[in-house]
Amino acid sequence: MTRADLHIHTVLSPCGDIEMTPQNIISRAIEEGLDIIGIADHNSTLNCLEIRRVGAEKSVYVLCGAEVTTREEVHVLCFVEPDKLGDLQFFLESNIIKVPNNPDVFGYQLAVNVNEEVLEEVDYLLVNALNKSIEEISEFVHSLDGIVIPAHIDKGSNSIYSQLGFLPFGMVAEALEVSQNADSSLMVAKDKSIRGFNFIKSSDAHYPYEIGRAYTIIHPEELSFEGIKSALLSVSNPPEYRVK
Amino acid sequence: MTQDSIKFKLFQYNTMNVKDVVERLSLNVFSATEALDREVTGGYASDLLSDVMGHAQEGHIWITLQTHKNIMAVASLKDLAAIVLVKGFEPDKDTMELSVKEGIPVLGTKMQAFELAGKLYEMLK
Repeated sequence: MTRADLHIHTVLSPCGDIEMTPQNIISRAIEEGLDIIGIADHNSTLNCLEIRRVGAEKSVYVLCGAEVTTREEVHVLCFVEPDKLGDLQFFLESNIIKVPNNPDVFGYQLAVNVNEEVLEEVDYLLVNALNKSIEEISEFVHSLDGIVIPAHIDKGSNSIYSQLGFLPFGMVAEALEVSQNADSSLMVAKDKSIRGFNFIKSSDAHYPYEIGRAYTIIHPEELSFEGIKSALLSVSNPPEYRVK
Repeated sequence: MTQDSIKFKLFQYNTMNVKDVVERLSLNVFSATEALDREVTGGYASDLLSDVMGHAQEGHIWITLQTHKNIMAVASLKDLAAIVLVKGFEPDKDTMELSVKEGIPVLGTKMQAFELAGKLYEMLK
């Protein structure tokens, strides 16, 4: 049984708490019994590899990616293998609509190392949207053999439902993330656009204590990117979400 | 006329069709030119499709900057008269295909939503 919380922010997200550092995130993941975590800051991957290094020492598998904001202002979790992370980061930096961040309003956007030393402060606002549609982003991430999961699809803002009304026909995604108190079977009964997809829940943690408050049991044959991707898509042994 | 019917008349929009609106506001027609005779009963301005699904009404012209194909599904669901894309936005290719299929025109303007909504409101009120 493998526990995964695939939606965790770090101190790089302006809304992420200053305590969301590599060591703290991995320590909390261990406390919560998580085997896999997904690092998904808003439109940037700069803290992923450092957290992955810390995780590797403690047997926590870290998926590297970002919570990408589409042109329609839908949030989508995107993960790729570490050797493709540079391509994803370049895509994000090239396509985000850049406006200066005001740290007093939105918060600081810090790339940090394991010793909590600041390596970089990102000066443009990371929560802004990319000038790419949800389909274009899904297509790009899949061209890197990545994983695409529309985030909290039933949320009142920045979701598939709020921005686009329903899941676009033909949308390719490995799974759909639903809010913590959602019942996906009720949603499926009402909305045929989401039929045939697997569902996950995650913490969307911005503070250390939130990590693991919702998570998903997946059944990968091996703890690798491919193994996780297959487990998310599995029809015979689909993911099962839990809320603490 | 009774007082009630006067009130009712005051709150009725003038009726016109999409073609009248296109001509008077010099809008571009991206797709479904054959459907310009659709009657316009009012307008709605919003970029959240969930909101439009909940609140736009049959015959409304919808003002938005969203170009995604799901706008056509919403327009069809609500039986809207037409969609106007503001600020020079152009529809995605699959949006235009659906527009033709549904027979609901996608229009465009360089005006921003505030300006267009003001002009349309003046015309229809």
